[in-house]
Amino acid sequence: MNTLLELLEQDCTQPPAQLAAQCGMTEAQVKAELARMENDGTILGYQAVVDWDRVNRETVTALIEVKVVPQSINGFDRIAERIYQYEEVESLYLMSGSFDLTVIISGRTLREVARFVGERLATIDGVTGTATHFILKKYKEKHLVFRPREPEEREYIFT
Amino acid sequence: MNYDSILNQRIQGIKPSGIRKFFFLLEEMTDAISLGIGEPDFVTPWHIRDAGIYSLERGHTKYTSNAGMLQLRREIAAYLKRRFDLDYDHNSQILVTVGGSEAIDLSLRVLLNPGDEVIVPAPSFVCYGPLTEMAGGVPVYVELKGENQFRLTAQQLREAITPKTKALVLPFPSNPTGGIMERADLEAIAQVLEGTDIMVISDEIYAELTYGQRHVSPANLPSMYDRTVVVNGFSKSHAMTGWRMGYVCAPKPIIAAMTKLHQFGIMSAPTTSQYAAVEAMRNGDPDIEHMQREYDSRRRYLVEQLNRIGLECFEPKGAFYVFPCIRSTGLTSEEFCQQFLMEEKVAVIPGNAFGPGGEGYVRACYAASMKDIAESVRRMENFLVNLRRRQGKQD
Repeated sequence: MNTLLELLEQDCTQPPAQLAAQCGMTEAQVKAELARMENDGTILGYQAVVDWDRVNRETVTALIEVKVVPQSINGFDRIAERIYQYEEVESLYLMSGSFDLTVIISGRTLREVARFVGERLATIDGVTGTATHFILKKYKEKHLVFRPREPEEREYIFT
Repeated sequence: MNYDSILNQRIQGIKPSGIRKFFFLLEEMTDAISLGIGEPDFVTPWHIRDAGIYSLERGHTKYTSNAGMLQLRREIAAYLKRRFDLDYDHNSQILVTVGGSEAIDLSLRVLLNPGDEVIVPAPSFVCYGPLTEMAGGVPVYVELKGENQFRLTAQQLREAITPKTKALVLPFPSNPTGGIMERADLEAIAQVLEGTDIMVISDEIYAELTYGQRHVSPANLPSMYDRTVVVNGFSKSHAMTGWRMGYVCAPKPIIAAMTKLHQFGIMSAPTTSQYAAVEAMRNGDPDIEHMQREYDSRRRYLVEQLNRIGLECFEPKGAFYVFPCIRSTGLTSEEFCQQFLMEEKVAVIPGNAFGPGGEGYVRACYAASMKDIAESVRRMENFLVNLRRRQGKQD
């Protein structure tokens, strides 16, 4: 049996009654659980995964490796907070390995992204270096594959 | 040429499914949502597909031994022990077949003499009767009842046995009903068979898909082990229908006879599929559990919804089918399915396609996406509302 969170992660547009039946809860219980988890931040939000290449909107996405000198008080968190305040920042992760933070940002043009890195990111206190990688093509995100479904050609099988 | 006089009389005697007209209709309705096909909607897990591809890259393109690759038989034996507590010797008691279907065919052909009777509980998967007839036997159908949760009772079995009875088919977990046989049910069956030479062909292709309890094989009962042929495969447990990978386990002399027939008719099961199957046995348990959980979620939803909209539906504890009773609509199974398909474009299968006892029911397969299932329920409700309105006007 799937838990409520697993079901939501697969498809958050399912109505509460449908979720309830699948995970063996009542509709009222599901509604209460959802409210609780939305309040305490377990569920951060509900979003669609969009293939922007299929509509007329130019976007560029970049993954930026950032090296920082951690601040004495809150370590990396303080710098991270300064970075994620920017609207452009889609995701931000603290990393192990040869650099410290991964910043994923989207902009309309290459120049917009470059400007963000040069003017905003690199100038933050404690940031000692950046390496910007532009994403050329998205294949898969959140378990979903960026590919139109192939038409299935099959006879009816009686099984 | 008069092919009627040329073709084998037995195959001519086997009637095509009575609901062929419905299937023709289905084939033309390409835009319908299908809850009709009994097949996992999952693609074979990648690591299993990759193992098949890798075997091709390494050039494993030849026959394997007739009984199937030794390493695969070893893995099957370990799997059956690990997951069902069944003991089979990989050297002499396991044969790898082309799907569970070949295993059923072989079982019947090595057991039956002309005129031997085979008890077939129904409604059930459609192959047992025709394959029995082709093997020279006579199918004896026993109608399973909704009020017994479509289980075979000791009483029903006792009444069906004659001096000619050679074998009993136990198709559980069941396609199309979703019914299962629990240990106590099997013990009652075992008691009836005690002292007879009746063999049991246990089709356990859905063994991994039970909800709330683990599957029990008749071969788990000590008194049944020597009379049981266990048929299983990878199609349903690992979403591998197209690979055609099955296997059969039985006492040594029976496997020896089957291997003889298999080596003449088939040679060996597909090699690529066998390599993929080895990977499925070694590292596929989490896949099984993942798919089982998924099906269980959809099952709960569908059963609850069907009951809500007024189609009485007993809780299926196995496989991936629901088998609601549609008698309250006043329609036959076939009328129901045809009208539902034409009006709402959703395909479900008339219960009478699965033999005696299926009339009055329809089969819906919930190995479909939650979106399709939810949409089908919405359309089913719509269909029922319209139907009742029409019937109200007629009265």
